[in-house]
Amino acid sequence: MSQEATVNHESEEHEEHGLGHIVGYGPLFGTAFALIVLTILTVGVHAVDAGELNIPIALSIAGFKATLVCLYFMHLRWDRPFNGLMLVGSIVFAVLLMVFVLMDSGQYSPQIIEGNPAGVQLKLDDVAPGAPITAYKQLD
Amino acid sequence: MGRFKNPGAKRMTSIQANPSDQADDHDHDDHGHGHDPHLAHHFESMEQQFDSGKLGMWLFLATEVLFFGGLFALYVVLRARSPEVFSYASHFLDTTMGGLNTCVLIASSLTMALAVRYAQEGRKVLLVVMLWLTMGGAVGFLVIKAFEYNHKFHENLVWGTGFYDPTDKAESDLVQVAEATLVDPIFSAPQEANAEAARSEALSNLVNRPEEAASSVSTAAIGPAGLANTLAAEQEAIETKDSAMGHLADPEMPVNTHLFFAIYFCMTGLHGIHVVIGMGVIGWLIWRAQRGEFGPKYFTPVDLGGLYWHIVDLIWIFLFPLFYLIH
Repeated sequence: MSQEATVNHESEEHEEHGLGHIVGYGPLFGTAFALIVLTILTVGVHAVDAGELNIPIALSIAGFKATLVCLYFMHLRWDRPFNGLMLVGSIVFAVLLMVFVLMDSGQYSPQIIEGNPAGVQLKLDDVAPGAPITAYKQLD
Repeated sequence: MGRFKNPGAKRMTSIQANPSDQADDHDHDDHGHGHDPHLAHHFESMEQQFDSGKLGMWLFLATEVLFFGGLFALYVVLRARSPEVFSYASHFLDTTMGGLNTCVLIASSLTMALAVRYAQEGRKVLLVVMLWLTMGGAVGFLVIKAFEYNHKFHENLVWGTGFYDPTDKAESDLVQVAEATLVDPIFSAPQEANAEAARSEALSNLVNRPEEAASSVSTAAIGPAGLANTLAAEQEAIETKDSAMGHLADPEMPVNTHLFFAIYFCMTGLHGIHVVIGMGVIGWLIWRAQRGEFGPKYFTPVDLGGLYWHIVDLIWIFLFPLFYLIH
């Protein structure tokens, strides 16, 4: 029945068919089930030492889960494409921000003072002399 | 756009509920060409109204993505600079609690999606039940989160210099005095003033509470320029404080571990605020659904509230591996 209820975007006369797309039980429960399985999977693989690959694996599972939520729970699969375009656009710009901020912080990282911030180091000296103390250079 | 449309639509429904109000509302009432009562007068058709509402909601969700994007950028910078902090501090987070919360949010996303479906089909009872279940998921999430936060606060696994407080209450009380005098030398007032304050503070302690002051680190403050790392003080402190140090006693702890908890509380806190707001939205939807306002021709509020709830789930899907699942 869900297929028949799909709104026909081309014609204005089809209002009586209802608005939007009614998602069937199959896709809804299937998506939820897939999300739970993927959650268990991502918890399982995080214990495995994949070296550099741990982050990409975790992020691609998260990305896949997010895609499922967007397509089925958020109806983007049946929605007007422009709505999806806005979501993708916002993600693109958020990633752009991350990339440029990362590049920028890479530029000034040689000037970062090694070790604890001054306040933290003083506090550590005071309350936890056994705690990790690293080289602390005072600015001046 | 949703904001412009909804008040109109809401007023139409209130007109329906109270026919006596109709006289006051000619601008909406005068149409008289058989429009759906939910159709605001500035829209051509129900479909246009529905699409406009969705467009507006998606614009808002785009700003939400950018809102969290700023914090994700901060996360990326911190993690790129000190990956060892993240792999170390992540183990203080309870993966079971985090995983449970992920499942709670997924389940409540499912009930929300079902609620939208039942609103579209005009099944009022099931709609209300699903909305209540979604609300239950939100409450469950916050309760689990509260347990986690409470544990973190108890162990001083927090942002800022509070992270370096001893977890033992008596110990931290003693340190308070010394701490007050040991203000950050870079950003504080001239050292002379600090040293002066430190001396008088410590001296008054010696007079008023001789035993405590003698055994406390505040005696160390009677040094040049308020600095506390005299050898005697260190020896003394090592002897007396080993027991209650918690993570501070761990020699493996990387520098700047507190930054992990700063970004953790920033991002999960902002997410938690979104959950609270989502609860408000769901409560409002329950109220309207119980009045029977939603049906196949008008379910936009349920749909848009659902979209908001799903984006809250979406953010958590990324927060969970980024904080809890670091190898």
